[in-house]
Amino acid sequence: MIGRRWWIPWLWLAPTLALLGVFLVYPSVDTIRRSLLDERSKSFVGLDNYRFIIENPQPLVSDTHSALLNNVLWMTWFTVATVGLGLIIAVLASRVRYEAPAKAAIFIPMAISFVALSVIWRFMYVFDADIGTVNAVTTGVGLEPTAWLQDTGSPQTVVTEVGPDKLPKPFQINNFALIMVGVWNWTGFTMIVLSAGLKGISTEVLEAARVDGASEWKIFRRIIIPILSPTIMVVATTLVIQTLKTFDLVWVMTGGRFKTDVVATLFFKEAFVFRDFGVGAALAVVLMLFVVPIMLITIRRFQFQEEIR
Amino acid sequence: MSRRNPSTGAEAAAVPRARPLTGRMRGLAARLPLHLTLIGLMVLWSIPTIALLVSSFREPTAIAASGWWNAITEPFDFTIDNYEKVLTQRGMARSFWNSVIITVPSTILVILVAAFAAYAFAWMRFPGRNVLFLVVVALLVVPLQMTLIPVLRLYGNVTIDQELPLLGGNVFGVNSFPGLWAAHVAYGLPFAVFLLRNFFGALPRDLFESAYLDGASDLGVFFRIVLPLSGPAIAALAIFQFLWVWQDLLVALVLLGDPDLAPMMLTINSLVSSFGSQYQLLTAAAFISMIVPLLIFFALQRYFVQGILAGAVKG
Repeated sequence: MIGRRWWIPWLWLAPTLALLGVFLVYPSVDTIRRSLLDERSKSFVGLDNYRFIIENPQPLVSDTHSALLNNVLWMTWFTVATVGLGLIIAVLASRVRYEAPAKAAIFIPMAISFVALSVIWRFMYVFDADIGTVNAVTTGVGLEPTAWLQDTGSPQTVVTEVGPDKLPKPFQINNFALIMVGVWNWTGFTMIVLSAGLKGISTEVLEAARVDGASEWKIFRRIIIPILSPTIMVVATTLVIQTLKTFDLVWVMTGGRFKTDVVATLFFKEAFVFRDFGVGAALAVVLMLFVVPIMLITIRRFQFQEEIR
Repeated sequence: MSRRNPSTGAEAAAVPRARPLTGRMRGLAARLPLHLTLIGLMVLWSIPTIALLVSSFREPTAIAASGWWNAITEPFDFTIDNYEKVLTQRGMARSFWNSVIITVPSTILVILVAAFAAYAFAWMRFPGRNVLFLVVVALLVVPLQMTLIPVLRLYGNVTIDQELPLLGGNVFGVNSFPGLWAAHVAYGLPFAVFLLRNFFGALPRDLFESAYLDGASDLGVFFRIVLPLSGPAIAALAIFQFLWVWQDLLVALVLLGDPDLAPMMLTINSLVSSFGSQYQLLTAAAFISMIVPLLIFFALQRYFVQGILAGAVKG
């Protein structure tokens, strides 16, 4: 171990470093470069591609504003709903004897691909209430059937009808329908992680609180939530990064039509359908910019863990 | 939280058998909202998958005419025609095989490559070790989108336009299995190195020192001590890498154009765009693609959960 030659470790690292260099490091740098070049990556255009994203000159073909907004929508609603539901289910399941099957039922969607999920949920969302399960339920309780994946309507329709028609509508029904699919898929993840955290809380603490007459709600709020909060942060960070990468789900379910595009699907269209590498690369850089702060937080937490290791 | 009287509930949970029957009934009544909520959620989470499974075995006319829930009450009228059709006429059989060809080597290679690096990071001393490891961990969050344009351009230049023996497709570059393997291994590496390095680093130091004192080489220690002791970590990693590659749509969409090489996700994606409302085909195709992941889940649930807790998430 002591007499090891200096280059031996590098030999062990070589395949990893070569692959990471070729497929992750070099391409990331190259994408930044291409974001400053024209659509064929031939001539320098400065920040024109970023100006395209900000000014949104072609809202009918590639609606950059709507894509950015939808990503924010995903980031907030998806994360809040997934963490909330996961936490509730983890706590409820810890109190029953059928905890294992209950958790398995919630967790199974994690094993299903986004592509298969999209097929499942396109089928659930079918407009015809005789076939589509969701509309069968809504019409069953007396509501009108909804075209869940096409309906761009929202409580704000009134506002946008008065204003310019092309304004993105922040609370489109179809975006929420898509986000719900993501929530259905990912709740199992938060539930598993938070449930492991719950198991770490000593039962003596909880029993002592109960003996002292604390209500279950108070125990949840004053004991369980504070102890779990670091875990909740880790889970939420992971989810936010996931939402930035959301692609398959939107791509297969709507193809980004009806103003459901997110940055990742718009990137794919620009780069590989319209073949505009400039705007495509700029969109990828925008995604990266969203991720950087999260990455820095993760690294700092990791360094902290290393120090106390 | 759903109990009116917390102390009753706590006792019921702690010593259920010691209580008289009426007390147990009262405890059950107090816990009824809890059970109803939880069972309701379980049903809500199971229905979509059950709907898919039931529909995939129904006649096309039946799917178009009535909801899947009718199939449970009507005279049972199930068929495997849908499966036969997607497998033979819509290329799902070929795609299943393609998915296997793409996934298995990618999984084995990522474990091997990452294990070497993880061993160096955990048990060798060299300048810049910690910084380099942090860089690898940081690459975990780089969106794939950041890399796809240059990788496609690069592949355009290095494509070897000759038929790969046995498997088909080009030898390397676009429309090739080896090209896809390389990309999937690289994209899987940051997590793999992270997971294995943490596991290797937690192995007891004495083990290594006595082995080195006995004159064992690095390779000897690696293959005879480290790998055999790392079964659980490698199992978790294998499961996740397998699932990621099996379920990948984006990388295949960019690097594979030839429908003969398409993995199942790509084929289902094209089925959705060309037969968007023919749910007899779509449901059967989707279920075929789910069989392997579901088997893995039920057979190896323990490792699956461990992997999640170690930080594995779908890429």
